[in-house]
This record gives sequence, C-alpha cells and structure tokens, in this order.
Amino acid sequence: MSEESKPLGGEVLTKPFKVLAGIFGFAVLLIIYRYFRGIGAVSNLNDGYPWGIWIAYDVVAGTAIACGGYSMALMVYVFNRGKYHALVRPALLASMFGYTLAGASIMVDIGRYWNAYNLFLPGYFNVNSIMFEVAVCVTAYIVVLWIEFSPAFLEGINKYKSGLPKFVQNWNVEGLRTTLNKWLFVFIAIGVLLPTMHQSSLGSLMLIGGWKVHPLWQTGFLPLLFLISAITMGYAIVIFESLFASVGFKRASETPLLGKIAGVMAWLTAIYLAIRFADLVIRGALGLAFQLNLQSFMFWVENALYVAALVFVAPPASRMQSRSLFLGGFFLLLAGTVYRFNAFLVGFNPGNNWSYFPSFAETMITLGIISFEIMAYLYIVKKFPVLPKPEHA
Amino acid sequence: MEIKRRDFLKVAAAGGAALAAAAHPALAREPKTRIKDAVGFLYDSTVCTGCKACVSACKQYNEMPASFSTPQDPLWDNPLDTDSKTYNIIKLFKDGTGAAKDREKDGHAYVKRQCMHCVDPSCVSACPVSALTKDPVSGIVSYSKSACIGCRYCQLACPYNIPKFEYEKAFPQIRKCELCSHRLKKGEIPACAEFCPTGATVFGKVEDLLVEAKKRLQYKAGSSQVYPVERLGGKATAERIVTPYVQKVYGEKDGGGTQILYLAGIPFEKLGLPKLEERSDAHRSETIQHTIYKGMIAPVVFLGGLLYVVHKNTKDHK
Repeated sequence: MSEESKPLGGEVLTKPFKVLAGIFGFAVLLIIYRYFRGIGAVSNLNDGYPWGIWIAYDVVAGTAIACGGYSMALMVYVFNRGKYHALVRPALLASMFGYTLAGASIMVDIGRYWNAYNLFLPGYFNVNSIMFEVAVCVTAYIVVLWIEFSPAFLEGINKYKSGLPKFVQNWNVEGLRTTLNKWLFVFIAIGVLLPTMHQSSLGSLMLIGGWKVHPLWQTGFLPLLFLISAITMGYAIVIFESLFASVGFKRASETPLLGKIAGVMAWLTAIYLAIRFADLVIRGALGLAFQLNLQSFMFWVENALYVAALVFVAPPASRMQSRSLFLGGFFLLLAGTVYRFNAFLVGFNPGNNWSYFPSFAETMITLGIISFEIMAYLYIVKKFPVLPKPEHA
Repeated sequence: MEIKRRDFLKVAAAGGAALAAAAHPALAREPKTRIKDAVGFLYDSTVCTGCKACVSACKQYNEMPASFSTPQDPLWDNPLDTDSKTYNIIKLFKDGTGAAKDREKDGHAYVKRQCMHCVDPSCVSACPVSALTKDPVSGIVSYSKSACIGCRYCQLACPYNIPKFEYEKAFPQIRKCELCSHRLKKGEIPACAEFCPTGATVFGKVEDLLVEAKKRLQYKAGSSQVYPVERLGGKATAERIVTPYVQKVYGEKDGGGTQILYLAGIPFEKLGLPKLEERSDAHRSETIQHTIYKGMIAPVVFLGGLLYVVHKNTKDHK
C-alpha cells in the first residue's frame, strides 16, 4: 500500500487555509455561546422544526458525502477491482473526517449532550428506535474508519521518526503494522456492513414523521433510496476530490480510472431514478409534483440535478474527459444533498404555521465544521502518504 | 474473479432483498391494542365554554411558569399553543362572524390540546434511549430527563406536535403532559379534569370513556341529558341540552388510537386534530425496520459473506 501513496509536502499555512481557519474560529465562538445560552440562542430551530441544517446537512448529507471510503471498499474489496486500490486511501481520509465531524456536530445539536453516553448503556437501549440504530452504527463506523486509516498514520510515523517525541519513537510501529495488516480485512468487512445499515436507516428516520413528511418523499422505499443514493455520492466524491486535487495540487489526474467509476455511478443512478419514479407512480403521488408550490419545485430541482449528472457521465465517451467527470460528480453530490434536504426539511411540514430557515449563526457553525474538515484534509495529505503517486495515474 | 463475484452477489442479494421487501413487509408486528385499565379523558367540545380553568389549574399543579405571547407587554399568562411552559391549552376555532357555538360556518368552537397518550406512541418508538415510556398499567406516556439526550426525534415523530423543548435553556428538557401522574399517585385526578366546571373534560378508564362517548352520539339534539363532571362515575353531574355532534369519536382509532378521546360539533380537522390512518406511524416504522433487522439475521449473514469475500480479495492484492 505504501508504495502507491506518498505525502504531497509543501506549505500548510496557505492563504485558503487561513481563511478556513478564520471561519472555523468564528464557529467555535458561536458554539461556546450555544453551550451557555441554549440552542435557541444561535439557531432558528423550534418545536415544529426540531431538526435543521445541523442534522440535514452535517449529519445526513455530510455522512453521505463521506461515503467515498464505503463505496471504494465495495468496489475494491468486495467486487475485487484491485486496480482502484490507489484511490481507497484518499477516499478513506475524507470519510474519516466527514463521519467524525458529523459525530462532533451531533454534540452541538443534541440538547442534553451530557447524557449522550446513555446511547451505549444497555439499560436505555430502544431497539425499536431508528435513531438508536443510526447513532450506534455511526459511532461504531467512526471507530472503524480510524482503524482502517491507521496504516497511513503508522507509515507517516515511521517516516518522520526522528522529529517525533521520544515515547512515539519507542513504539513498535512495524509490529503494529504487521498485526494490523493481518486483521485489517475484518475492519474492512465491518466497514462495509455498517454504512449499509446506517445509510439506509438515515432514510428510515423520516418514516415515523408520518403525515408531516410530504408524499413526494414519504415512502417505504426511503431506506433503499437513501442507501443507493449514498453509494452513488460516495463514487461522486471520489471523482470530485481526485480531480479537484489534481487541479489544486497541479498533479496528473487519474481520468481513465475515474471514468470507470463514473460508469458504475451512472448505472446506480439510473437504478435509483427508476425506483424513485416507479414508487411515486405506484403510490399515485407523482401528480403532487405538478402543483405550484415549493415542494414540487424542489422535487424537480432534485431530480433535474440527477439527470444533469447522468448527462455528463452516462455517455461512455464523455466519461473519458475530466471536465465531464468533474461536473458529473459535482451534480450528483448536489442532487443527493438536495434529496436529503427535501426529505428532511423542504418536504417536512408540521403544520400550525411553523416555519424554519437557518439563522446566520447556525449556518456559520455548519460552515465552520466544513472548514475544519477541509483544513484537516489538506494538512493530512501534505504530511502523510495518502494521495496516489503521480506515476500511477 | 467472476466466480468470487457471483459468490458475493448471492450474499448481497439477500441484503438487497431484505431492504426492498421492507418497503411492503409481509411480516408485520402486531398492532398495539388498548391496555385494559388505561386511563384518559373524554373531552367534549360542545360542552366546553372556553373558560380555561383547566389551563390555569394545569400550570398551578405542574408548577409551570407563565408563557407570554406578547413579550413586549408581559402582564398575564397567554400562550398561543402548548409550549415548554404549557402542557394544556384551550384553542378557539372561529369562522366568519363566529356568532353561533359549534357551527362550522359563521361559528366558533373550542378544543383542548395536550398529550394524547397514544395507544402506540410515535415518541416512545422514536426515542433512542427510552426516555419516553408508556406505563404498562395506566398507559400514561411519561418522560425521564435522566435518560433523555435531547435529540428531539420525539418532536419530529409526534403526529400531534406535543413534546416541547426548552430551546432557550443551556440545560434543556422535553416538556409535555404526563396526565398528572404525581396527582394520580395521591389518589387525585388530573388537575384539568378536577377543575373543569362544565364536565367538558372528564377523567376515567378509557374503555368506560369510549362507552360514554358513544352513548352521547346517540343523544337527540335538543334533549336534556345528564353529563358527568370531573370524572366518570363520580358524584358531580350536570344537566344540559344536547347540541348536535359530528358522528365520530376522535381518538378511537385515529393514529392507532389515543387515550384522550374527543367529541365535537364541527369536523375535527377544523379543530386542528390531524386526519390520521388507523395504522400508527410507529407500527409502520418498526415493521419496516424489524423486517430488515429481524433477529439481526440479515446483517450477520451479510457480514459473514463480507468477511469471506474481503479476506479472499485482500489476499489477492498482496
């Protein structure tokens, strides 16, 4: 594995990095304020709309965007496509941060955070609760992701041994690496199982919302649609990130490999859309898409984005061009994100004149978390062997 | 490579089939039925005069502070809806001139809103840490702040938007009616029923309340009838001239049934009570989830397949 990847090197404190740090710093101040003055002091969340962008974006869309590690593991380790191996590590890194920060932002969102450990005390378990399944599964997956990514850390430690503190130098890094490599397959397998479980359950969360969720989104197929859509978003982020890195860090791109991934993504998206629309037709809900309201408008935005992604990645010829791949990945990420926003917020109406639009502070906290994620990613790819060596492209 | 892939596809198909089957599950969990000795209220909108004695009594006996909908002029308790300081409220429906009581057109009507203590509560199903529980004897849905993590999934789940959260507090709680459990323990009845002067809210066993409600639906409009006050089977009664009823007991079957039952002179939707299917949302959600995760068989089989395939494939890569 180490032969495939190498640290990028270069300056860490670049201008974009400093801007991101500024946004993150501001978000930290707002988060501190939230812990002293309550959730209402920084957000527009209310009794009718108990969940806002912290859940819809940071957790639901955020973990789907962080499905790169899951989707690549499916391809490389389950469907045995070893040639994509070099793309696994950067995907895992993004997944690790995406999931970890989704977990962290839950601690901002939940009101009684000091009781959070009750989720792991058997006396409090509620196995009927979809939220219970999601919480336990996501937490377990965060741990698995750190283990899956740890070979890169160990290689990094080996390389910079002389510069590290004495106690770290004394670690038996080689021994640890050997043991880890021997058992890594167990974590890879669990790392495929867990997202399959919780990415579908994230959709199931809205089932119990009943009439409050608009019929364009309320369906028994929520778990299946969320799962397929998360896998496609995983491929989309791998393509998007890889091309972004090749432009941003002025490296050769892995276009031919990415093109093949885009092919898988296109097929899955087509299957997704077939299920999505068949379900609407069978339930007789498609007519609701032709009313003049925000819900039907956003429904078409969501699906137009899916179609836009297909336009760029469905024709085999355009999959050979980085520009089409980039746009295809980008539109697919947007489509999946809008689908999640629609199911959780736009299509959610508790009635009684309640309304919700995120506040400035609430939005800044989300942006701060995203900024931290990007900063951490930039730091790690520069210092640790994550990105594929250019000659592999 | 192809053979291995086929091996895996068999396993993957099992997982996929479970997910797809879950959309229209055959193995439904049994719908929850009423607990025999469950208690609740019958609220009769035609009897209610909108005096709000119940609102005031609820606040007093649950030690809740005033709630101001006019913060610039906070002189008296005037909540517009149930909130984190208000478990119980009387709301007004008004149409046009509002002249006649219990008339849909140019009329008005009152409605009492509070926790419905559902037969199969969404909040209980949704709560990840069992902070909301349904008492196996009384059927009362109560809240434990020591369990609650504040995720507010109960708020999202409740079809009546009842659980309320203290967004303004650094150490918030969920707040909702617990049917004055503290008073029931002392042999008293819930404050709203005890202080209702007209008998619009009467406390009792739900099965008896249902009989009473159906009896009232048979009353002839204009006839004089005896209505119980405070509680069913108690001493206090009142005689009144019956006004027409909508021929339905709301809560008998709605959303799987509730322990608070309603009678009204105008359609229940006008009073803000949602139109719900007889199947509870909790039943639907749990059936889908349990179809996928029945005995954890599908996940375990899936993991077994994954371990086998991943082990084989990682060896190939070395």
